[in-house]
Amino acid sequence: MQEVLEKLAVFLSWTMTLVLCLCLSIFLIYLLIKGLPSFGAELIFGKAEPLKVLLGQARVFDGIFPAMVGTFFLVLLSAVLALPVGVCSGIYLAEYASPVMKKLFGSLFDILAGIPSIVIGLFGFSLSIFLHNHFSDRFGPCLLISALSLAVLVIPYIVRSTQMSLEELPSDIRRTALALGATRLQNIAYVLIPNALSGISSGLFLAIGRCAEDTAVILLTGVVATAGVPSSLLSQYEALPFYIYYISSQYSNPAELSNGYGACLVLLGICSVLFMFAYGLKKHLSYRTLYRV
Amino acid sequence: MSNTKEIIARNVFFLSAIASAVMILAILVLMIALGIPLFKAGNFLAIWTGPWAPHKGLYGIWPMISGTLWIALLATALCMPLSLGASFVITSLGGPRLRRMLGTMVRFMTGIPTVIYGFVGIFLLVPLVREGIGGPGMCVLTAGMVLAILISPTMILFVTDSLLAVDLSYVQAAKALGANRVQRLLYVMVPRATGGMAAGIILALGRALGDTLIALMLAGNAIQAPRALLEPARTLTAHVALVKAADFDSLEFRSIFACGIVLYLFATTATVAVRVMLRKREVPT
Repeated sequence: MQEVLEKLAVFLSWTMTLVLCLCLSIFLIYLLIKGLPSFGAELIFGKAEPLKVLLGQARVFDGIFPAMVGTFFLVLLSAVLALPVGVCSGIYLAEYASPVMKKLFGSLFDILAGIPSIVIGLFGFSLSIFLHNHFSDRFGPCLLISALSLAVLVIPYIVRSTQMSLEELPSDIRRTALALGATRLQNIAYVLIPNALSGISSGLFLAIGRCAEDTAVILLTGVVATAGVPSSLLSQYEALPFYIYYISSQYSNPAELSNGYGACLVLLGICSVLFMFAYGLKKHLSYRTLYRV
Repeated sequence: MSNTKEIIARNVFFLSAIASAVMILAILVLMIALGIPLFKAGNFLAIWTGPWAPHKGLYGIWPMISGTLWIALLATALCMPLSLGASFVITSLGGPRLRRMLGTMVRFMTGIPTVIYGFVGIFLLVPLVREGIGGPGMCVLTAGMVLAILISPTMILFVTDSLLAVDLSYVQAAKALGANRVQRLLYVMVPRATGGMAAGIILALGRALGDTLIALMLAGNAIQAPRALLEPARTLTAHVALVKAADFDSLEFRSIFACGIVLYLFATTATVAVRVMLRKREVPT
């Protein structure tokens, strides 16, 4: 009886693994078959001349160039906002906080990491209404609000990766400089942070990947279907994930749909490279950053 | 001189931590503040458990809560056998090369953007479900299936980690007693890793509850509490994403804050549950 049960467990495990692999393969092969034909300069620049577009002399109307630029600025801005706050919080938790504080902040960041991105989008949206009503009409959903919200979304990743990579440093690294007369701050700045750099950057790559792929936050905070290349922090913008979402419901001809598949491939490429990079730097730390194991 | 520097640095670090932590509370407070007109307008209980009937002035979000629960629970139920099976193969049953390959595959899956799953779901799975099983195609079942794939890496990574965290001496003792790989997995590793495995399942459920794009793109978004797998549904997340901000003061618009609060509470409950379960795991047995 027990032997039958064991055999059954083995059989089911293999079947389920096979099913999962099949699902993933069908998904990827379908995407490649549909997306590769449209892959090329025309997907990005449409009918405009690539060189002119890059120099800012021509606008792209039927390519994904504005969406790519929008995503790039969005990611850059969110990283700039989230990185200093996240790293400083991580340093505090790893090096200064008392056990009670550590526990308190640890639970708060866990909660923040678990909040659905649409709720954070809603937060950004409410913030923009508030600013609009109380400060200036010029405020509305825009690039800056989106980047701020995305920064809130990914701060827990950066905090956690900073904290964990500092905490796992061995005590001989931790104490040598102190024994030689370095202050606590010098020890952190010249010894601990450089040694924890690969862990911190793996957290940063995960954070950037999340910013690039998230659609729910930007949906509520200022992304639009046609805006061209964003001109200021307070302007609306286009982004790759939103472009894909928009095409899926609003495409009017096969060419647009095929561009949608092309955009999927581009976004998949960007995100998988970022995530694999993060895992390559520090595999186990990245798991824990993403899923707090 | 260097002493002041130390103090400044310490305070900067502390303030960053405070600032990030305050965000979490600010999000909740802002949603409650903006939802107040809705709570004052009618029966407080009816907002959570009542029907959605704007023409009668009823803005209950029960259909959305129910849609969210249907889709998320279905996804978790479908995901569990897949993830447990894959974790068993990754930790015990597979050979070293296969384990590495599967590990890479799962890591790759964590990087696949949600919106792409939704995109492929619309054009590949929706027609299949519509013609193969029936119904409108965009329904609880379609969204649940895609969501199951989406959350599987979370569950696999978590379960794999808790299985591998089992003290090696137990596994080796079982090996010395003549237990084969399967027996070691089923009778030694799994019973000792139940806390971590349960935490992984809850965490995946939390991700399923909070996901927006899959349900928005694949579940049909009809405002009605679903009664069968082939009926369309709208989740809380999709409801928030769909409400157009035409009139900031309308009660219909305010209902998205009620949805936000429910989502926040769902997510926080899941997080706390995971923490409690993991704390149990850390207690030496």
